[in-house]
Amino acid sequence: MAQLSAPARERTFWNRTIGVVRSIPPIYIVAILLFFAIGLRNPTFLEASGILNFLRRAAPLMILTAGQLLVIVSGGFDLSVGSLMSMMVIGGALMINNDPANTWWAILVLFLIGAGAGLVNGVIVAYLNVPSLIATLGMMLALRGAGLYWTGGAPRGYLTDNFRMFGRGWIENVPFVEQIPIAVVVLLVFSGIYIYLYNYTNLGRQMLAVGDNAQAARLGGVKVERIRIIAFVLSAISAVVAGILQGGFGGVNPEAGEGFELQAISAAVLGGAVLLGGRGSMAAAITGALALEALFTLLNLLGLPKPLRDAVQGLIIVGAVAYAAYTARRRQ
Amino acid sequence: MQRRIREFKIPPVYAILVVVFVSAVVLDLFFGRGQITSSTILTNMLVRSVALGIVAMGQTFVMLSASIDLSVAYLISVTAVMASFLMRGDPARVPMAVASVFAIGAFVGLINGLVVSKLRVNPFIATLGVGLVLKGVLNASFETFIGAVPRSFQTLGYGTIGPVPISILVLLGVTVVAAFVLRRTRFGAHLYAVGGSEEVARLSGLRTDRVIILAHIICSMTAVLTGLFVVSRLRSGAPWVGTDGLYDLESIAAVVVGGTALSGGKGGVAGTLAGVVIFGILDTAFNQLGVDTFLKQVLRGSIIILAVASYTIRSRMKAS
Repeated sequence: MAQLSAPARERTFWNRTIGVVRSIPPIYIVAILLFFAIGLRNPTFLEASGILNFLRRAAPLMILTAGQLLVIVSGGFDLSVGSLMSMMVIGGALMINNDPANTWWAILVLFLIGAGAGLVNGVIVAYLNVPSLIATLGMMLALRGAGLYWTGGAPRGYLTDNFRMFGRGWIENVPFVEQIPIAVVVLLVFSGIYIYLYNYTNLGRQMLAVGDNAQAARLGGVKVERIRIIAFVLSAISAVVAGILQGGFGGVNPEAGEGFELQAISAAVLGGAVLLGGRGSMAAAITGALALEALFTLLNLLGLPKPLRDAVQGLIIVGAVAYAAYTARRRQ
Repeated sequence: MQRRIREFKIPPVYAILVVVFVSAVVLDLFFGRGQITSSTILTNMLVRSVALGIVAMGQTFVMLSASIDLSVAYLISVTAVMASFLMRGDPARVPMAVASVFAIGAFVGLINGLVVSKLRVNPFIATLGVGLVLKGVLNASFETFIGAVPRSFQTLGYGTIGPVPISILVLLGVTVVAAFVLRRTRFGAHLYAVGGSEEVARLSGLRTDRVIILAHIICSMTAVLTGLFVVSRLRSGAPWVGTDGLYDLESIAAVVVGGTALSGGKGGVAGTLAGVVIFGILDTAFNQLGVDTFLKQVLRGSIIILAVASYTIRSRMKAS
């Protein structure tokens, strides 16, 4: 008897352990493994300054992904965020025009432009019933053209230090770590706000409901149009913040945001979000962005040329989503 | 269902086409040079639409099956580069090169289709991933213009039969074949069924995976044809010719403007042809009117959105 029950108990213990491990979204494990792999190649990476530096670089994509997730769970895409980010950089440079005193009103105007673009996206999708893929694609073309039209073809102006400090500045004399990048503070504040909105407010639940089944949500009393518009505005706001950080980090570049829209969608999907809505976790999506940036860093450390990094990125994104689809089918 | 496929109705996008064309002519008369109706400009406009038009036909197939293909722009680059690399300006190497690029295209389409149907990866992510792989491999191997196509091969891009450019005939040929496949073959009917509801199609005994895979292969083949047309006009291929042409997003936009639903199962290639020609008219009109290049992009984006919005508003008015 005793001999029989011991393995039985062991099995339940293992089953429970495996069950707990399985219930963790795989993206966290992937992120930890990637950090570990980077640490093996470059031990200084895992020191506080290395991690903070990495987070500073990852901050724009992580913030952008937080906004993108809101649009994805409510059943859409936002392809316009990359060109919005570029517009923030070139528009900021143009308005500041090398005078630090202009920075604050310029940032205010940038937020207004972003909110306006998000509002237009939302209204087109919610009230004109245009598929979000097309609506935000049109917005992407329009913003790209408008940004270049505004500057007359080539970016002009200069980003002053008090604008760039958000992306590249450090706060000194912080307890424990001595100094911390301002971008990381911005990242923590924004992820906190977006996680709070998504997980702990009615707004988040209503977005999920709209993405899951808009008709049912409407019958349940959700103002579907308003929820969709808010999702697009919050996504655009995240693009403004990401654009300001990216501008600080990389300076004036008319292509500052190029490719970010697809990276943000990929990151959200890596974090387990389901395209066309109804499912997704904010923390996992932001971790997805972190993992994607970690992957870029790792491929860079391994000495892969930039083009091959694209190829590996493509394989890994497809593999991750295929794995998620496979486990979802097995669970059924 | 059966009736809707067989019976020919002019898609509503042709109304938009007429409106766009008439406004272009009128605006050109008042503000431009008043030459937009000359046959040279009209022919040029159509020739410019050929590259986008061919790949948009394939995109229509995948979108009818409720899938999407974001890898076409990269495949067009791969085709253009590989074709000129393999031909090296030698007419004798043309058949080998053409066969090779079509084989590459079939393989890419097969992978897209397998990943979408068997691995159940969202098509947006699947084809984006395949596109990134193509882009990576291509950029790692080639950096700039490479090889050349022989003079005889440029007939595809520049040749004419009588007054009609061969390229326009190719586009019309592809459209007619595509329309025939969609309307008159079993595969066409299955494609609409799978796009309408994959679950229902599967339960009715269709091998839905095969339909989706075939649609993706067809789409990749049209991308290869577009790539061949592009390289025959450029004489030599470079890794950026497909992505710079924005063929992925533009072909999707043309299909949607043409009235094919993003959710699949509704639409057809006649609408797509009109969508492509609308884009051609816009480009030509903007050029004739001397519209600023950047303002052009803004107008283009807005017109795409307005065109699609007009359908949804129409269908809602019909419903109420």
